[in-house]
Amino acid sequence: MAALALRHDGPDTAAVSGPRRRALGLTAALVLLLVLVVLSVMIGSTTIAPTVVWDALVHPAADIDQFAIRDYRLPRTAVGLVVGMALGVAGALIQAVTRNPLADPGIFGVHAGASFAVTVAVGVFGVSGVAGYMWFAFAGALAVTLLVLALGSTRRGRSPVVMVLAGVCVGAVLGGARDGLQLTDPDAFDAMRSWVAGSLVGRPLDVVWPVLPLFAIALVLAFAVTGPLNAMALGDDLAKSHGVRLVRTRVLAVAALTLLAGGATAIAGPIGFVGLMVPHVARWLVGPDQRWIFAYSVLLAPSLLLAADILGRIVMRPSEIPVGIVTAFVGAPVLLALVRRKKASGL
Amino acid sequence: MSTSFTHARATQTAPGERVDFGRRVLVVRRRGIAVRLEWRSVLVCAALALAAAGMAVLALMTGSYRLGPDQVLSALAGGETGLVHDIVVEWRLPRVAAALVFGAALGASGAVLQSLLRNPLADPGIIGFTQGSYTGALIVILVVNGTYWQLVGGALLGGMATALAVYVLAYKQGVQGFRLIVVGIGVSAMLESLNIWLVLKADLEQAMAAAAWGAGSLNGVSWDQVAIGGAAITVLLLLAGLLSRPMRQMELGDDAAASQGVRVAPARLWLIVVGVALTATVTAASGPIVFISLVAPQIARRLARTARIALAPAAFVGALLCLAADYIAQHLAPTPLPVGVVTVVLGGGYLGWLLFTEARRRL
Repeated sequence: MAALALRHDGPDTAAVSGPRRRALGLTAALVLLLVLVVLSVMIGSTTIAPTVVWDALVHPAADIDQFAIRDYRLPRTAVGLVVGMALGVAGALIQAVTRNPLADPGIFGVHAGASFAVTVAVGVFGVSGVAGYMWFAFAGALAVTLLVLALGSTRRGRSPVVMVLAGVCVGAVLGGARDGLQLTDPDAFDAMRSWVAGSLVGRPLDVVWPVLPLFAIALVLAFAVTGPLNAMALGDDLAKSHGVRLVRTRVLAVAALTLLAGGATAIAGPIGFVGLMVPHVARWLVGPDQRWIFAYSVLLAPSLLLAADILGRIVMRPSEIPVGIVTAFVGAPVLLALVRRKKASGL
Repeated sequence: MSTSFTHARATQTAPGERVDFGRRVLVVRRRGIAVRLEWRSVLVCAALALAAAGMAVLALMTGSYRLGPDQVLSALAGGETGLVHDIVVEWRLPRVAAALVFGAALGASGAVLQSLLRNPLADPGIIGFTQGSYTGALIVILVVNGTYWQLVGGALLGGMATALAVYVLAYKQGVQGFRLIVVGIGVSAMLESLNIWLVLKADLEQAMAAAAWGAGSLNGVSWDQVAIGGAAITVLLLLAGLLSRPMRQMELGDDAAASQGVRVAPARLWLIVVGVALTATVTAASGPIVFISLVAPQIARRLARTARIALAPAAFVGALLCLAADYIAQHLAPTPLPVGVVTVVLGGGYLGWLLFTEARRRL
C-alpha cells in the first residue's frame, strides 16, 4: 500500500509530530475505518448482531438477515469505501493544486459537471450502465475543473473566494441545464432520480468494477505528485527553483482529480463537502506535508462517508436520508468555520 | 405640474440656480414634492417598458392556438368575446402579468441587496435567502398543509430567518462582502439539503407538488395569486422607492452616510426587510426563480450608465427578463420547462462572464 511505503521516507518538514506518531495516527485511522465498516454492515433498518454478520460471511445460509447483509449492506459498504476514498483524495488534490482552503469538488462544480455529462449520456445518447457513462462523467469533470481554474484565476494570482464563486456559478448553470434536460426527457429523469441526491443505496458491485482500475491509476498519480505539490506550496517560483516541473505536476494532478471526482460521481452521484472536510482534518492532524495529508485522507474520507451513511440510516428509521444530504449538513458548518477564520487566504 | 430640463454647465452656483450634475436631469415638482430623475434613466425605463409590452403581446399571441396581434390587442381592450377573450384574458394574461410583476420584484430585490452589500455578486439565490424562503414554504406545504397566505408567511419568515442567520454568521468586526457571500453559499447548501430531505419525507403527492414548484415555474399561476402578489409587491416597491435615497448614500460607506444625516442602522434593517420580502413574495407564488435578481441590476446599470445601482431600471429589466425567460421556457424549449431552469442557465452564464471581467479586476 502506498500509504505504508511513505511512512519510511516521510521528511520531517512538518514539526507537528514525528513520523512515528503520524504512523501511529495512521494505524488509528485504519482501525477507525474498520470499526465503521463493521458498524455499517451491522446497522440498518434492523440491527444485526456481529455474530450473524460473521456467519453470513463464513457460513452462508438462506437466512433473511444474511441475505440483507450479503446483497445490500456489503455492497453498500464497499461502494462507500471506494467512493469515500476517491472523494477524500480528490479534495486533497484540488486544495493542494489551487492552494485554496475552500476548495471542494462539490463546491467547485466538478460534481455538477460530471452529473450533467451523465445526464447528457443517458438522455441524449441513450447510454446505460456505469461502464458507458463514466467516460462522460470524466469528460464533464475535466471540463469543469479547467473552466473553474481559468475563471477563478485573477490577474494577481488565484483568489480563493473568486474561485469558489466561479465554481458555484458553473455548478448552478450545469445543474439548471441538467434539470432542464431531465424535465424534457421523463425516462431519463426516472433513471437519474435516485442518482441525483448522492447516495450509496442500490449500487451493485458491478457498478464499481469498471471504475476501480482507473481509481487505482489516479491514486498512484496523486501520491506521485505529492512531493512536487509540497514544493509548490512555497510558491511557483520557489518550486521551479527546486526543480519542480510545474506544468507536468498540474496536468498530472488535474488528471487524477478528474478520474477520482468523475468516477465517484458516476458511481454514487454528487456527494459534496467530504472533499472539503477531510483534508482539513488531515492537515490539522499531521501538518502541511502533502504526503501525510493524502495518506490520512485515503483512510479518513471513507470513514466520514460511512459514518454519514450510518447516521442517515439511524436518524429516520425505518426510512433513510441519502448520504449526500448528511454530508452537506455536516460539511456546510465546516465551510462557515473556515471562512470565519482570520483570513480565508491561500494555503 | 412644472417640468424643466437642465443641462447647465455652470461653474458656480448662485442661489436659485440649478446644480450641474453632469447629466441631464428631469425635475418634476408637484404640490411641494420635488423628484429629480436622470433623463437617461427615464428614457431607458420607457424603452424597457415598451419592449416588455411588445414581448407581452408576443407571449399572448403564442401558444397552441395562435392569435394575431390585432386580436390580442382588441381582447385586451375588451373588444373580443368567447374563445379569444378566454384565451387571452383568462388563460395567458395571468401568466404574462405574473412574469412582469415577479420579474420586477426580483430585479428590485437584487438592486437593493447588491447596493446594500456593495457587491455585484450579492444575489438572494446565491446567499441562501431564496432557499430559506423555499424551506419556509415547504414546511408550510408539507407539515402544516396551509393556505396560500400561510405559504406566503412561511416563505417570508424563512427568507428573513436565513438573512438574519447569514448576517450573524458572517459578522466578525463588521460584515465583509465576500465573507458574507461564502457564508451564504454554505448556508444555502445546508438549506438545499434540508429541502431535499423535506421533499423525501413527504407523501408522494405532496412531494410531487413541492418538487414541481421547487424548480420555479409560472405554470398554473391564477389571477388571485397575481393580484395578491402584485399588491404586496407594489407596496414593497413603493417602500423601496422611498428608501432609495438612504440606499444611495449608504453606498458611500456607513460613516459618510451617517454624516449626511442618514440613520444607518434602521435604514439598513428596512432595506434588508424590503429586499428579502420582495424575493420571498415571488418565491411563495412561483417557487424559486433565481439569478434574475443577480443579472437585472447589472444590466440596468449598464443601460442607464449610472455609477450606482438604480432601482427603477433594475425593476424594468427584471420584468422584461422574466417574461423573456418564461417565453423561452414555454415556447422555444423542446418541451415546456419551468422558467427557473432557463433563468439559472442564462443568469449563471452571465455570472461567469461577470466574474471573468469585473470581479477579477477589482480583487
